[in-house]
Amino acid sequence: MRQVIIIGSGPAGYTAAIYAARANLAPLVIASSVEAGGELMKTTEIENYPGFAAGIQGPDLMLEMQKQAERFGTEVVLDDVTDLQLDGQMKKVTLGNGDVHEALSIVFATGSAYRKLGLPDEERLSGYGVSWCATCDGFFFRKKTIAVVGGGDSAMEEATFLTKFADKVYVIHRKDELRASKAMQERAFSDPKIEFVWNSAVTGITGSELVDGIDLTDTVTGATSHLDVSGLFIAIGADPRTHLVHGQLDINPDGTVVVDGRSSRTNITGVFAAGDVIDPTYRQAVTAAGSGTVAALDAEHYLASLPRELVAGAVQPARVEEVEEKPNEEAA
Amino acid sequence: MSAATEVTDANFEELVINSKDTIMVDFWAEWCGPCRQVGPILDQIASENADKIKIVKLNVDDNPQMAMKYQITSIPAMKVFRGGEVVKTVIGAKPKPALESDLAEFLA
Repeated sequence: MRQVIIIGSGPAGYTAAIYAARANLAPLVIASSVEAGGELMKTTEIENYPGFAAGIQGPDLMLEMQKQAERFGTEVVLDDVTDLQLDGQMKKVTLGNGDVHEALSIVFATGSAYRKLGLPDEERLSGYGVSWCATCDGFFFRKKTIAVVGGGDSAMEEATFLTKFADKVYVIHRKDELRASKAMQERAFSDPKIEFVWNSAVTGITGSELVDGIDLTDTVTGATSHLDVSGLFIAIGADPRTHLVHGQLDINPDGTVVVDGRSSRTNITGVFAAGDVIDPTYRQAVTAAGSGTVAALDAEHYLASLPRELVAGAVQPARVEEVEEKPNEEAA
Repeated sequence: MSAATEVTDANFEELVINSKDTIMVDFWAEWCGPCRQVGPILDQIASENADKIKIVKLNVDDNPQMAMKYQITSIPAMKVFRGGEVVKTVIGAKPKPALESDLAEFLA
């Protein structure tokens, strides 16, 4: 039995783990088997995470966060949660390998999952020209013509990244202006390989074995057209990943988990939520990290309110060596 | 980084095409985060089913010919070969139970 189990290993999950571990709560992080590290594992250069003046690679940042959490006694498990029982004082977390862990509190930080276009051929051609990960798949589109659909920061980042490989990158967007930040927009606008296709929705993907084109519909006039591309990168946003807690936690109309005011408290006592799974608006690595901090502090506060004998039964932190590295740590 | 044998453009024919075994080739690259996550899972599946399937890795950076020949456009891509032919393709990093169910016909 644990005092706290953290589900998720993005900036929210690992920051919650760092705080919980430093509070001697010996947290267990369920990091996922193939998505450990979260969305930043699929990014390249992160330029807006404070403290890294020269920028840092997304996967490197996540590895550092994991190490920092482990340094203070966090245990990380690379598996997926298959079932979550949140009612009652003792929460139950079932993993893919069949293990069941119990905890007095849960930090739910599962982030969000890429949104799909919802087109009939999307699934069939996924991995055959349809992609959600430019950093993984861009390499295979050397000297090709490809398209990115979306108008936010991630669409601009993907488009800009893909110009390293592709000869031409169309950016397809439903509106005539972008949601992306000014810096990302300007970078994309100034790139000679990127061409914007405004007021257009992708309404079909063509190709028998590999993608050979996309159908477009003008969102203003309704006119249809076809564009020959050999790849389609989809970056139209993400939806909070809440399937594990449906019927248990209250969910907002936008899909995020309901929390109480500026806290991380959900409708179930002892269950706290953090990161993109509660945030329909900002969704930045650093806001997620801040949100993870809030959840760890809320969990710590809750655990302090429980009877001592109950908490005493939980896994205690292993004595962490090499603490003398920074003598003034406790003042931080 | 992994226990799996590395195959290359040069020895692909000898080690994969001409092999009598069922061989799964994991097309991967150093810069692909999901590839690095699925690698250890494939190692586990290989060691638990050593008598049924062999799993080898092909680095697409170093071996562009095979990546092109097999029309790889997304990695990790895992292709199962029998008698020189691709009999199954699995694309994307997945949890172990999902991979085992994708590969069920070869692990039985």
